[in-house]
Amino acid sequence: MLVLVVITLYPFLYVLFASFSNPADLIQHRSLLLAPTGFSLESYKLVFENPMISIGYVNTLIYVLAGTALNLAMTSFAAYALSRKGVKFVGPVMFGIVFTMFFSGGLIPTYLNMKNLGLLDSRWAMILPSAISTWNLLVMRTSFAGIPVALEESARIDGANDFRILFRIFIPVSLPIMAVMTLFYGVGHWNSYMDALIYLRNRDLYPLQLVLQEILITNSTDSMMSTVADVDKGLIQETIKYATIIVATVPILLLYPFLQRYFVKGVMLGSIKE
Amino acid sequence: MLLPVILYYVIFMYLPMYGLQIAFKDFSPAKGIWGSAWVGFGHFTSFYESYYFWRLIRNTVLISVYELIFGFPAPILLALLLNEIRVRLFKNVVQSITYLPHFISVVVVSGMMIDFLSSDGIVNQLTGLFGIPSESFLIMPEWFRSIYVASGIWQGVGWGSIIYLAAIAGIDPSLYEVAKSDGAGRFRQIWHITIPGIMPTIMIMLILRFGTLMAGGSMEKILLLYNSTTYETADVISTFVYRRGLLQMDYGFSAAIGLFNNVLNFILLVSANKFSRKINNTSLW
Repeated sequence: MLVLVVITLYPFLYVLFASFSNPADLIQHRSLLLAPTGFSLESYKLVFENPMISIGYVNTLIYVLAGTALNLAMTSFAAYALSRKGVKFVGPVMFGIVFTMFFSGGLIPTYLNMKNLGLLDSRWAMILPSAISTWNLLVMRTSFAGIPVALEESARIDGANDFRILFRIFIPVSLPIMAVMTLFYGVGHWNSYMDALIYLRNRDLYPLQLVLQEILITNSTDSMMSTVADVDKGLIQETIKYATIIVATVPILLLYPFLQRYFVKGVMLGSIKE
Repeated sequence: MLLPVILYYVIFMYLPMYGLQIAFKDFSPAKGIWGSAWVGFGHFTSFYESYYFWRLIRNTVLISVYELIFGFPAPILLALLLNEIRVRLFKNVVQSITYLPHFISVVVVSGMMIDFLSSDGIVNQLTGLFGIPSESFLIMPEWFRSIYVASGIWQGVGWGSIIYLAAIAGIDPSLYEVAKSDGAGRFRQIWHITIPGIMPTIMIMLILRFGTLMAGGSMEKILLLYNSTTYETADVISTFVYRRGLLQMDYGFSAAIGLFNNVLNFILLVSANKFSRKINNTSLW
């Protein structure tokens, strides 16, 4: 167990230590890193000064907020309508929805579809194609189905329409599940990478993950280091990667202790069989 | 209220399925999906006859099979181990820490792997202590699958165990009492009560896995981790479709390969479900 904990945790600690290390010392260092070697905030300074990082941050925040709001609205609409008794065509509609979990048009037709819709290279491309996760929809529907019919009927007698019933009764009595959905969708948008890679060319729209890909995978840190002397570039490149990882994951890592129990609850909800 | 939902599914899920007909066409953007000429199964036969066919099938199947053999049991084992920890605080700490990697994005995980496995990364620094010469693991085709599967386990094992822990929690405690009074030790209890108790959950997860057997792992992670020196073992159908279709804009051909892949997955899922219903009455539908 302890071994497992160490294996899981050490990579994070390594990245954290390395990000604060003095680049010259880090390169010299052989064997395990148990604390920063030297101390330098130079790489953090460069990361914060990099315009792509701040553009990525702002875009990711937009996608997370707008995307999650749309996700919640669409998913609760769907879950409400499909969990009520006496709604027509629930059977065929459910079949049509669940079928998409097992079969899809695939990458190319999906891309061409987005192109035809004129959504390429727009912020909508990051929000609309993932407006509903079918899995989450099924979970929320199961939860809504458990709400007593009497609640809905009494509201209807008082003259409430479906929107009122959903917003005034269903959502307030299912707050825990709404919280779980918010987290799942929110983290999904924060980490979303593929949609951006496929649909976005305009660098001003790039989310953080795409900026990260350039820095971590294709190793193009040059743009960040225009102020650094050539001889130091190779050195500081070592630590810049780590500082970038920290900057990009800190929001989740900070929230994690508070959110963890909700996440776990979410998996449990998902595992409930009808 | 259902209207926006139905519109969403029609526009973003079913329109692409309709667009799949380009798999049977010589697609030209100028003529559009409707106007392009039919080529029948032409793309499929040229894929089958191409040099890539068997390499892609082999890589796709092998990555999935390795994930199934090593990745699938890992969370079950972890759940069984966690269940044996009696000290609550320790158990909670272990759980929190093992769930953590699940929330890190695939880009960051891949970035960390690339860095750690580079010729002067920590893995080589560690093996160097034992006098093992340093290697650039990510340009060695023979290492790709192990790296892929191992990093997947690292990221997913804790999270995957939650569902099994939930299943274990649902087992009637009196069964354990009875077993204990019959003199069953820890291992016999696990073997005869815990494992049978979570079997339905294991079966459901296994069926879901079978449906992705021909998906060949996560396309995102492979795209991030592979490079032209490792295509030999790393290139799977989905990454090939990405390169051929989106980078070289060979739409019709790659849509055909994607369709071939999807149909295989669908067939596998349906058969796995049928098989499971037959042998132990568990099924998805």
